[in-house]
Amino acid sequence: MLDILFYVFSAITLIAAVLMILTPSAVNGAFSMIVAFLGTAALFVLLEAYFLAIVQVVVYAGAVMVLFLFIIMLLDVEKGEGSTQYKDKLTIGAAAVGFLLVAVLVCSAFSGAHLPEPTLAAVAENPQALEAGIPFTTSSKSFGYSLFTKYMLPFQVAGFLLLAAMIGVIVVSKKHEVSAESDNS
Amino acid sequence: MTIGLNDFLIVAGLLFAVGLLGVTLRQNTLVIYMSLELMLNAVNLAFVAFSRYNGTMDGNLFVFFIITVAAAEVALGLAIIVALFRRRQSVMVDQLNSLSH
Repeated sequence: MLDILFYVFSAITLIAAVLMILTPSAVNGAFSMIVAFLGTAALFVLLEAYFLAIVQVVVYAGAVMVLFLFIIMLLDVEKGEGSTQYKDKLTIGAAAVGFLLVAVLVCSAFSGAHLPEPTLAAVAENPQALEAGIPFTTSSKSFGYSLFTKYMLPFQVAGFLLLAAMIGVIVVSKKHEVSAESDNS
Repeated sequence: MTIGLNDFLIVAGLLFAVGLLGVTLRQNTLVIYMSLELMLNAVNLAFVAFSRYNGTMDGNLFVFFIITVAAAEVALGLAIIVALFRRRQSVMVDQLNSLSH
């Protein structure tokens, strides 16, 4: 049963990704991208990373793709540019050959013997487990436990990164008063 | 479940290759940016698969941070694209070539 689900969700994700890069319209590409993200979230569920699956749906398929759709709507890039969507023939041929090479390499490199079946470890309750790495659990409690012990510094750096990105977006997307002054001077 | 780590890695590698194909093939900057997100997503899938089959939580936490950084990156990149569109009235990469001459 899980095998069938794996193949179904992998096929959905890959087909949506291929549709995303091949469809001429950017809006259709964005919607295919949402399907690809949802398929990846389903693969996360198969890997028993339930918390990350929810985060994937909320952050990627929700916030990021809504932002993309807003920008596509605001810029209105659809009109009159349908014929110049792809690069020239040589680039297309070279890109297709490169894709085939990477795909064959990946498939041949990883289609060997399979690793043994994993067993779920017990919930990380003891601090001694920090040294050897936190055992894999399905509960989101272990996320909070790890974030506030072993990954405290990266957690705070991520917070500062979000603040810096927010200020950067405000500065970049301001109107042109500053650049107009520099043009006049 | 007879699906192993290698099957997930094959899917992740194929997703990464599709994203790379999109970056090289398309002219629309927004689609190129979505292809970049797809490549990040493929790496996330590989991280989660390794974390699951290795029996540790570290890969999952890395994916958590990658998603945070990707959200910040998307906001900033789209702001740059909007600023670029204001100046040049285009988001096609063949018309944004003033640095290549």
